[in-house]
Amino acid sequence: MSLFGEVPQATPVAVFKLSNDFKEDPNPMKVNLGVGAYRTDEGQPWVLPVVKKVEKIIVADNSLNHEYLPILGLPEFRSSASKIALGEDSPAIQENRVGAVQCLGGTGALKMGAEFLRRWYNGNDNMKTPVYVSAPTWENHNSVFANAGFEDVRPYKYWDAEKRGLDLAGFLGDLETAPKHSIFVLHACAHNPTGTDPTHVEWMQVAEVMKRRKLFVFFDSAYQGFASGCLDKDAWAVRYFVTQGFEMFCAQSFSKNFGLYNERVGNLTIVARDADNVRRVLSQMEKIVRVNWSNPPSQGARLVAITLNTAELFAEWKDNVKTMADRVLLMRASLQAKLQVLGTPGTWDHITQQIGMFSFTGLNPKQVEYMIKERSIYLMASGRINMCGLTTKNIDYVAESIHETVVNVQ
Amino acid sequence: MNFPTEGLTIPTEITTTHWASWWGGVQMGPPDPILGVSEAFKRDTSPKKMNLGVGAYRDDHGKPFVLDCVRKAEALIASKQLDKEYLAIGGLGDFTKSCALLALGADSEVLKSGRNITVQTISGTGSLCVGANFLSRFHSASCDVYLPKPSWGNHTPIFRDAGMQLKAYRYYDPSTCGFDFSGALDDISKMPEKSVIMLHACAHNPTGVDPKPEQWKEIADLVKKRDLLVFFDMAYQGFASGDIDRDAWAVRHFIEQGHNIVLSQSFAKNMGLYGERVGGFTVVCNDAEEAKRVESQLKILIRPIYSNPPMNGARIAATILNTPDLYKIWLEEVHGMANRIIKMREQLAANLKSEGSTHNWQHVIDQIGMFCFTGLKPEQVERLTKEFSVYMTKDGRISMAGVTSGNVGYLAHGIHAVTK
Repeated sequence: MSLFGEVPQATPVAVFKLSNDFKEDPNPMKVNLGVGAYRTDEGQPWVLPVVKKVEKIIVADNSLNHEYLPILGLPEFRSSASKIALGEDSPAIQENRVGAVQCLGGTGALKMGAEFLRRWYNGNDNMKTPVYVSAPTWENHNSVFANAGFEDVRPYKYWDAEKRGLDLAGFLGDLETAPKHSIFVLHACAHNPTGTDPTHVEWMQVAEVMKRRKLFVFFDSAYQGFASGCLDKDAWAVRYFVTQGFEMFCAQSFSKNFGLYNERVGNLTIVARDADNVRRVLSQMEKIVRVNWSNPPSQGARLVAITLNTAELFAEWKDNVKTMADRVLLMRASLQAKLQVLGTPGTWDHITQQIGMFSFTGLNPKQVEYMIKERSIYLMASGRINMCGLTTKNIDYVAESIHETVVNVQ
Repeated sequence: MNFPTEGLTIPTEITTTHWASWWGGVQMGPPDPILGVSEAFKRDTSPKKMNLGVGAYRDDHGKPFVLDCVRKAEALIASKQLDKEYLAIGGLGDFTKSCALLALGADSEVLKSGRNITVQTISGTGSLCVGANFLSRFHSASCDVYLPKPSWGNHTPIFRDAGMQLKAYRYYDPSTCGFDFSGALDDISKMPEKSVIMLHACAHNPTGVDPKPEQWKEIADLVKKRDLLVFFDMAYQGFASGDIDRDAWAVRHFIEQGHNIVLSQSFAKNMGLYGERVGGFTVVCNDAEEAKRVESQLKILIRPIYSNPPMNGARIAATILNTPDLYKIWLEEVHGMANRIIKMREQLAANLKSEGSTHNWQHVIDQIGMFCFTGLKPEQVERLTKEFSVYMTKDGRISMAGVTSGNVGYLAHGIHAVTK
């Protein structure tokens, strides 16, 4: 009799199953528009040139070893990462009321923030504080907050499927009716999975309601730089909220903008009222870190810290980021143009209006199934495609496939 | 920054929040006892100061030690120009396979039948975190975990945070500075069936006191009688005796005796990969089918914590374990580290004797691994710190790794001074 005899087989995480199915597909024309990782025009992963450079620097530096980092992580990484999000001249940084925790990727940063909020926000160990995530959102948001103990994780209106854009009225409406002190997970830029971001004016409206109704701001920033190609542009919303005086969390990922996916480089930036609050918050963060991973991995953080803190390397990095963002923008423009030329039914402006790695094509589940089964083009059931999976070599095939699908399958 | 103003009243300067900080009620967390030792050590200006709190290996010059096999592995890896794509949730396959092989041994029937699932974790802590949460979620028969008294300080908050009930069994005997075998057996005999019992595979932390093989055999028998779930924590394989098979003996014996254990492994110490966070968590299941189900649930558990583990350290460890030349070097280096520790133990005991101490210091030699439970009382520890600038934790624990041939005489002198 096994203790684990009753352990049920869990359903696999969808995005990884998709990649698996793609791998096993023998069709030479197959295209993977699933997992969110950058690809070159040759369809290959891209280790950023600046990353290769810095790796050599690290290898050559004999003064470096593999000793433990402090619990909260590498200090130079934490401060420079927060500067990236908030801006060099951020009033919050100048006023010494910003803290940070180096975490295992963006997921780790969300996890730390969620665990802290459950323990210390809106009372102690208050599992009932509602946590709002956008409809739709990155599917792991739900699990992160639920596993941190929050019992009430709910959607806020976001994506308007009919008009293929932001449901601003719905979003603001949910902000108005949310119980006070509810936590809202906001995508800083390049919304995953829709690629649809609020405009500046729309963000200001969101901020106004959140301030008035005392809602907690938790930004998820996984694509800074990757969305528009400009770090400052992509951080506009985060920085605006800071000027509005919010205390807030911002979970940062360096997986995409540094291409350091598997080194798990993340940062939880904490903006508080003053230094004393930051100090106490960080002391409690240490306790949470200690029971999850004790201290974070050093390699990726070292790499990012050296890059951000060395002028020439920082410039080179920004250039590399722009290269990635530009290729995505090019693919967006190409796909939209080709669909127009083909006369594919419907409007396809959303492809160029959306931003970042993902596009919510608007294809329904049946159409998605057709794309996968008949055309060996792999995308998420939601109709989400990863623009990085498009190349100059496969874009015609993809455009034709979308055309055929939309015409034949309703 | 420029903000558009159409249709909205936009303030142009920073507005303050209308309410007090969210965090007004957040208390300052208590200082970490071990960190506190290091902080105080840093501030001390004495040229003779010694930091015996540190749980990381130091060479005979008191410096951190990067293993040669690690440097060689890094060079090999760099030459391969690998990409940085996400690992699977369960980690690097080359690593998890060799990690399990290292613990269970080449002859392992478990490995042959594929009835284990081994996932890569964030070093030992991450492994314990995943394990504790897995048991909390799926081991419905009991939520009690029994830790040896004393145990690694972080065990308690990890299991508590996972929602388990902390209990203890007798382990360390302060009167002998050795193993309280009869006390342990007595407590184990009273544990409710299906409780989880935590066992340190080797080099018990913090006492350095390990059961002898005959004692392990009796413990294994009793644990089976009581139908307990065994959770092995193996953070020092190779580091304890210098021999990786010898240090894994207890783990392998329990498995041979039919215990389906869960096991945490760390490569922080034995490969010196502390900051790279390399570890593994293994569940020994009834069969391969069960292992698949368990694996699927471990993934569900891991994804909302950190999605997938870091590559760098696992790649280094896998390269070492899977490259015969490097593996050979590693075995020698691990042996070397363990030997230096053993030598320091012998020298400390010898020096205490030549200082004229009449106390029995045999336990310094009998204990094994990085740590030594000296038997010093808190007042004596305080004097040792104040008068001799020797820093250690209040429980009398010293890290032998901080002892060198250059300072062992001074340490013996200080210990004798406060205990005579």
